[in-house]
Amino acid sequence: MARRLRATAFVGVLTLALAGCGGVGGGDDEKGGTATKGALSTMGFGFSDEIATTRVDAFKRDHPDVELKVTEGAFDEQQFLSAVAAGNPPDLVYLDRKLIGTYAKRGSIQPLTDCVKKQDVNLDQYRPAAREQVTLDGTVYGIPEFSTVRVVYLNEGLLKQLGMTADQVDLADWAALPALNARLATVSGGRLARIGIDPKIPEFLPMWAKANGVDMLSADGRTAKLDDPKVIEALTTGVNLIQQQGGWGRFKSFRDTFDFFGAQNPLSKNQIVAWPMEEWFLNQAAKNTPDAELVVKPFTDRQGKPLTQSAGQAWVITKGAKNPEAACAFVKQMTATDTWMAAAKARVDARKAAGQPFTGLYTANAEADKKIFEELYQPTGKKRFDDAVATIRSVQDAAFAMPASPAGAEFDKAYYDAVNRVLAGQEQPAQALQRAQREAAAALDKAAK
Amino acid sequence: MATVTASAPGRRRRTPLARREARWAYLFLAPWIIGFLIFYAGPMVASLWLSFTDYDVINPPEYTGLANYRELMSDPAVARSLGNTVYYTALHVPLVMLISLGLALLLKRVGRLQGFFRTVFYLPVMTPAVAVGILFLLLLNTQDGLINRALGWVGIAGPSWTTDPHWVMPGIILMSLWSLGSTVIIYLAALQNVPRDLYEAAAIDGAGAWARFRAVTLPMISGALFFTLIVNTIASLQMFTEVYTMYFGNRETQNSFNSDAASFYVIHLFQEAFQFLHMGFASAMAWLLFVIILIITLMQVKLSNRFVYYEGEDK
Repeated sequence: MARRLRATAFVGVLTLALAGCGGVGGGDDEKGGTATKGALSTMGFGFSDEIATTRVDAFKRDHPDVELKVTEGAFDEQQFLSAVAAGNPPDLVYLDRKLIGTYAKRGSIQPLTDCVKKQDVNLDQYRPAAREQVTLDGTVYGIPEFSTVRVVYLNEGLLKQLGMTADQVDLADWAALPALNARLATVSGGRLARIGIDPKIPEFLPMWAKANGVDMLSADGRTAKLDDPKVIEALTTGVNLIQQQGGWGRFKSFRDTFDFFGAQNPLSKNQIVAWPMEEWFLNQAAKNTPDAELVVKPFTDRQGKPLTQSAGQAWVITKGAKNPEAACAFVKQMTATDTWMAAAKARVDARKAAGQPFTGLYTANAEADKKIFEELYQPTGKKRFDDAVATIRSVQDAAFAMPASPAGAEFDKAYYDAVNRVLAGQEQPAQALQRAQREAAAALDKAAK
Repeated sequence: MATVTASAPGRRRRTPLARREARWAYLFLAPWIIGFLIFYAGPMVASLWLSFTDYDVINPPEYTGLANYRELMSDPAVARSLGNTVYYTALHVPLVMLISLGLALLLKRVGRLQGFFRTVFYLPVMTPAVAVGILFLLLLNTQDGLINRALGWVGIAGPSWTTDPHWVMPGIILMSLWSLGSTVIIYLAALQNVPRDLYEAAAIDGAGAWARFRAVTLPMISGALFFTLIVNTIASLQMFTEVYTMYFGNRETQNSFNSDAASFYVIHLFQEAFQFLHMGFASAMAWLLFVIILIITLMQVKLSNRFVYYEGEDK
């Protein structure tokens, strides 16, 4: 009897220990629920600032019976796939929009057709580029959040020293770029002391290619065009700019020392003259170096027409979500105009309390942005920053995004590797992109099966 | 008539005490056995099965026979990453062993401060691998890194450690030498166990320092040398964290530059499994690595029979 009791106790303890293993999913005991009650779990999101907390608080206030479990931290593919494989995925995942095509094709996230219909989500309020990036084969799989765009930053203080104006920095005239770059950069004794133009490749290659009139990936995300002569020309142009400045080794190692998040940023340290970059740097510059002589211009195509690439995160509902209705209500509210307004108000108050300017909020919800800028935004009084805000707002309408693709990660790797081989001096642009084309095409074909 | 029962030879009945002790022994072993079955043996069997399937983690696996293994053999990215890993192992392991032995010999000569230096040499082992990766990105910076600055002081123009494909691997090997403290400590312990009278006998026979080292020290610490050879070889073939952090692991490196020259086998395996969702293929990669490690280890064990001396054995 005593022996049986001991055995039972041992098995019991073991079962408890194994059952107690934590996870990120909704848990087995949390099945079901409606838009207004039940448990709801998220992955990939965090309470990093007032923009996040204000919106989550709004959802909690309006859905008091929904038990929200936010597993904080950036999206982790390994963690997500482990949860999916264990049959216990979170209800919601917050991830980079470029990953949506792959997960949609594999069936790990739900089409939002029913969600959009039931919750009456107005898809037209979202920016077209962001909308396209969450849509695969005509089906919407995600609700976009922010819309990060790229603009060209110029250090006007340095331009003045060189006897130049911001207007003279014209990235549309590719033939004149080498001469312009030579004038802006400082290379002495093989040592790079100041970057003239940073083409930001491989990351920004799609934008340079688009400026040259070609998309690197077809609109349906299934056909790579990496060996297009215009892509090769774009890569050659970017690589030449780097070679002119001491080569990739010097260029990268110099750029690696930059700190874009502090008062010692490359703008204040006069380490760079012209560079395309995401709009978030304006916030950092306004906060850390408000007196810097910064000019923001749109990136343009070769005809001089403004152009930008949009990126950002999105919310998706997983295939095994236990409370898809609450998940849908959550994403609707997190990206609704009123919620964004509340978040922007909180940001304005926080910035005011810190004595810092509010340089806007750039969401994927065009209606929300319009309202925020009309009702909450106040010019800072510093013309440079106010003009920059206007520029960033204006380019949102000229944005394109890399389309959702069933093999997005492999496609990215193919062209990143190609650019890296060229930068490292291992291959010429045409040769590298032809190989990338073969690799991308093979991956896309395989994913399409 | 009396009957005699005799138990079969070799099958003696165990006493109740022995049986009870055995039960307790199994009970105490149970956590490890259960952990091994659930967390090692189970996943290994599962991954062996998955290596014969097309599996993306999301959908059920589909049996594809040897397709993954055939693809493995023809995939240039696999060959490249395996080549890089072998190159790294071939340089890293002998260097770690040589430098560690040199340091251990020096440490043995240090008197009262030996504890302090032992701690100093071991401290880098305690540094998280991710931090080591970041630290060495800074140290290996072409223009402003400490290593190239130091080379500059003696008139040498340092290479582009992190961008020149020819210098990426030497840079990684340099980084790997940062954490050789464990090997140093093992060698130091082995050196301290070498009986002093052997050195005295050798000295009386007229053996010089080199002869004493070759004929006494090396054979007496050969067990430790063999152990570190095996352990460091296996660890080198599974190199991941530091290099992933340096070249693949953060947003900046993912979005800008990572070099083919830094593509290690396990990094490529990780990317196939979790970024491209080719878990079946990645499982095949894992089994190939397992077989490679097994073969290398068996070869090393075979060699050890000739060169390794264990205390108490007659050779």
